[in-house]
Amino acid sequence: MALTGLFLCTFLVGHLAGNLQLVFSTGEEGKRAFNEYAYFMAHNPAIKLLSYVTYISILFHIVDGFMLTIQNKKARPVGYAYNKPSANSSMASRNMAVLGTLILVFLATHMANFWWKAKVSEDKFPLHVKEISFQQNNEMTGQVQKQTMKLYLTTAGNYVPVDGFIVKNKTELYEAQLNAQKVELKMGEGYKDLHSLVFAFFGHDKTKQGFPINDMALAGLIFYVISMLVLGFHLWHGFSSAFQTLGVNHPAYTPWIKKIGYGFAILVPGLFALIPIVIFITK
Amino acid sequence: MASKFININLKIWRQKNANAKGSLESYKLDKVSTDSSFLEMLDQLNDQLINEQKESIAFDHDCREGICGMCSLYINGRAHGPETGTTTCQLHMRKFNDGDTIYVEPWRSRAFPIIKDLVVDRSAFDRIQQAGGFVSVNTSGRTMDANAIPIPKADADKAFEAAACIGCGACVATCKNGSAMLFVGAKVSQYALLPQGKVEAKERVVNMVRQMDEEGFGNCTNTGACEIECPKGISLENIARMNREFLFAAAKG
Amino acid sequence: MSILDSKIPAGHISDKWTDHKNHLKLVAPNNRPKIDVIVVGTGLAGASAAASFGEMGYNVKAFCFQDSPRRAHSIAAQGGINAAKNYQNDGDSVYRLFYDTIKGGDYRAREANVHRLAEVSGNIIDQCVAQGVPFAREYGGLLDNRSFGGTQVQRTFYAAGQTGQQLLLGAYSALSRQIGLGRVKMYHRHEMLDLVTVDGKARGIIARNLVTGELERHAAHAVIIASGGYGNVYFLSTNAMGSNVSAAWKVHKRGALFSNPCFVQIHPTCVPVHGTNQAKLTLMSESLRNSGRIWVPMKKEDAEAIREGRLKPTQIAEEDRDYFLERRYPAFGNLVPRDVASRAAKERCDAGFGVEANDTNEGVYLDFSTEIKSKGRQAAFAQGDHNPSNEKIILMGKKWIEEKYGNLFQMYEKITDDNPYETPMKIYPAVHYTMGGVWVDYNLQSTIKGCFVAGEANFSDHGANRLGASALMQGLSDGYFVLPYTVSDYLADEIRTGKISTDTPEFESAENEVKNSIEKFVSNKGTKSVDFFHKRLGLIMWNKVGMGRNEQGLKEAIEEIGTLRDEFYQDVFVPGDSNELNPELEKAMRVADLIELGQLMAVDALNRNESCGGHFREEYQDAEGETLRDDENFKYVAAWEYKGMDAINSVLHKEDLNYEFITIAARNYK
Repeated sequence: MALTGLFLCTFLVGHLAGNLQLVFSTGEEGKRAFNEYAYFMAHNPAIKLLSYVTYISILFHIVDGFMLTIQNKKARPVGYAYNKPSANSSMASRNMAVLGTLILVFLATHMANFWWKAKVSEDKFPLHVKEISFQQNNEMTGQVQKQTMKLYLTTAGNYVPVDGFIVKNKTELYEAQLNAQKVELKMGEGYKDLHSLVFAFFGHDKTKQGFPINDMALAGLIFYVISMLVLGFHLWHGFSSAFQTLGVNHPAYTPWIKKIGYGFAILVPGLFALIPIVIFITK
Repeated sequence: MASKFININLKIWRQKNANAKGSLESYKLDKVSTDSSFLEMLDQLNDQLINEQKESIAFDHDCREGICGMCSLYINGRAHGPETGTTTCQLHMRKFNDGDTIYVEPWRSRAFPIIKDLVVDRSAFDRIQQAGGFVSVNTSGRTMDANAIPIPKADADKAFEAAACIGCGACVATCKNGSAMLFVGAKVSQYALLPQGKVEAKERVVNMVRQMDEEGFGNCTNTGACEIECPKGISLENIARMNREFLFAAAKG
Repeated sequence: MSILDSKIPAGHISDKWTDHKNHLKLVAPNNRPKIDVIVVGTGLAGASAAASFGEMGYNVKAFCFQDSPRRAHSIAAQGGINAAKNYQNDGDSVYRLFYDTIKGGDYRAREANVHRLAEVSGNIIDQCVAQGVPFAREYGGLLDNRSFGGTQVQRTFYAAGQTGQQLLLGAYSALSRQIGLGRVKMYHRHEMLDLVTVDGKARGIIARNLVTGELERHAAHAVIIASGGYGNVYFLSTNAMGSNVSAAWKVHKRGALFSNPCFVQIHPTCVPVHGTNQAKLTLMSESLRNSGRIWVPMKKEDAEAIREGRLKPTQIAEEDRDYFLERRYPAFGNLVPRDVASRAAKERCDAGFGVEANDTNEGVYLDFSTEIKSKGRQAAFAQGDHNPSNEKIILMGKKWIEEKYGNLFQMYEKITDDNPYETPMKIYPAVHYTMGGVWVDYNLQSTIKGCFVAGEANFSDHGANRLGASALMQGLSDGYFVLPYTVSDYLADEIRTGKISTDTPEFESAENEVKNSIEKFVSNKGTKSVDFFHKRLGLIMWNKVGMGRNEQGLKEAIEEIGTLRDEFYQDVFVPGDSNELNPELEKAMRVADLIELGQLMAVDALNRNESCGGHFREEYQDAEGETLRDDENFKYVAAWEYKGMDAINSVLHKEDLNYEFITIAARNYK
């Protein structure tokens, strides 16, 4: 529990660093940076390996947690008629399994809302699109016309027009027409537009990027924030507890580990929660 | 020492034997001196029951000065009652008020089956000790002079603090998981901290932990309740030390 | 009346034990597993004996009535254990420990035994350290020592105020190891209720499984009784609630002589009695007398004002305090032996200077303020502050006290609700230890062959008064270093005996006797609780066979106890059944034996027309109230033979005490 728990703590930090880009880098450049970051995370072999370790950790953390809880329940088949555990232990420490289960529920919805859509679902996933406006002289009329054009950004760094390119396998861009002949030529890969996915989920109108506006955004937000609160409680006990389990307890350092743990438990879930709040109110 | 008298209500677990079904019974006890210890109050109740030709309440007790570890009792939802750092026999009635209702239950743990009323069987602790809680030295007294190996005072003091455990089982009783890690950790620590015990530290921790698991105690989730309720203030540090010893032993194979 | 043979080996005192050991018979390792040894009791003596015999390869069965061998009452010993290590270089030696113990025992102990005890004392410390007992140490990493009453050297090893606990856990760990290896079979929650003898030899015991109530027969080639002392005869004592005389008394009833029962140690520093529902008295370690000064007000009206709550002890001016121990015994001061300190406290309280507001005004002060100041000053100096403020001195002094005696101070505060850092402790003597016990020879064998008795249960080493920190020493010495040799000598003749059957008429009849007495109790149609009788017994004992005894009181006590016994059997009510856990039944069985013993104590005290050690006959004192010993007529061990439950019929046997190596003198701590 301790090892996987601490590893998952580092995962949280990484995840949070990524998420923070959602609010800290603004505008088109920010969006591009975020989507590029997401692409990097999905394609770098080292990160990929790390992600498998994370999945295994989560799985192990869950299975081990359940098994320990079952054993622990068995250790006291008959409970006390009158018990007053608040006198000797924190609420969080006594309810790690409940908190963990709530986090698991959150994780399931979280994965369904984001990970599933981005990775697994067969739906066409919108790619990062840049809209440019330009002026064009109409040779026939001589008028200057304002035009807009949507462009895919390819991983090679090029922009290709949305019209005329088709997307297959979610991110592969093909030019459908070549010399009036219908051949499909792979021109590169696009970035999945995860940035817009997140913003749309929390209520922003991203219809033009291919995501419908989420009518349940407020509910989603509340659920997210509560889940972070739960995570906070889980970490409140879990962080320093992991060190204790691993045998790290020293009169000089343990008070600091505890303080860092409490800080971690407030800061990390707090920042996680802050991001959608910001997104929601800026919609 | 202004002593006064209080009247109290008691709800006490009665159970004829290990297999019988038990229940909480209500009793009323008047004129309890606030200078009485909790067990003297139970003596008084038993005397009252015997005078009514009823069966007295069985509870474990012996030294009545907080050192033998025989007394137990879960009082008002807490092991050894409301006062920290105190065994039931050292808990005094001045901590209660006139008219209070006091719940008295036995330790609850799969590894501590009830024998009768408030008496439980804690021999699981003995078996853990038998699995490795010793230094394998013969009893000749001819090993080496007691001062042959100087031991840093800090280590000796820490070993003593761990060894101060009285084996009462409050840690198990209070732990929501019924874990015996504080008890075992204290024993492992005492020996791990002393050069005499270091020699077989690896076998000791592995064997004691194995026996602990076999006895059906739960796992430690570091709630810290045991440390608070331990009448001798045994520190959680000892659990960490045991974890460390165990991890090293496991790593060495 | 016969003269007993103590089988003391010949030779010079310092060679006796070595020579004796060299000539004892041995049992070869291959024969040991064929021999069964029973050990009753798992305190220091019992646990160490059981562990030793297991280690040697014998088949051991160990019994204790508690739920675990670790709970035996040795665990409650606080202050320390003596050993003639002379680590402090203050002139200690085996001879001095021997001499101090004999003198402390007021010349009523057996020289050879005591010397042996002093000889092996050093090994005990070696053994315990090797077992991982965390004794207190100095900053250099070596073992620390402190002083105890009746000595002028620092030879007491300790582990805070929990030395007994640490030593017992050490012995328990050795025992646990043997149990784990299968060489000792442990029977916890079992109580020995009779000794079985066959052809005059101890061959086994009848024990009751306290959980199921079943009676069990256990056979063995030798039976070791290490069941502790009988202080609970006074009901209120520092003994554990379960401490009892039954195992020793059953042995006595089967023919073993019981020695010097009237030698009881009243410990000077205990928390005073507070009320009638009190079940137990709590000891405050003798080590406190290293730092505390004992006093009562000089003026009676001050004492009265204190009892009535009009004055606080801190308001009594220095010149109005009577530090009576320092006044009477300037050489030893507050560190006089226990019997002397106790009597002095009783003398002051009887004279009306007691400070406790209980029925008898019995209480004196144990004051730490002087020590707080002097140690605080020292500590401040050690920190480089050569001009410390008063507040700083007090603060640092309290810290020093806390480190040394923290747990005792805490315990005191819990019991009394008084803070001893701020106000002096109130203390009063209480029954603590019994020097008397089953008579044993030099080999610790009773007058029943094959029945050995060790620790507090025997009588051998402390004479009429035990010095502090010597009980632990004796327990471990008997168990680790004496019995393994002497019992083996006895067992050497048993290698051809073979397995002993429990299916014999002797076992049958012993079991039936036990069964009958149990049935008698559970079917008795009485009305009073066991405690009712036990408390009455205690009062008779405390008032008439307590700290001060006289002929008339003792005669009354013998009479009253006889009456009490009859009433007890008639009117005791024991609820519950015999086939279950029944604490009241256990108590009834024990109190029955305590009543018989109590009467014998009075008989013994009446017989001993002298004052010595813990036995103070008011008729025999000098003008200053000091004991008057009569070496001409009473320099012997009184060993009583059981002749039925009325102790007046007991027959006296004597063992003369010869002091060859110590010049017998008046005991002087002035």
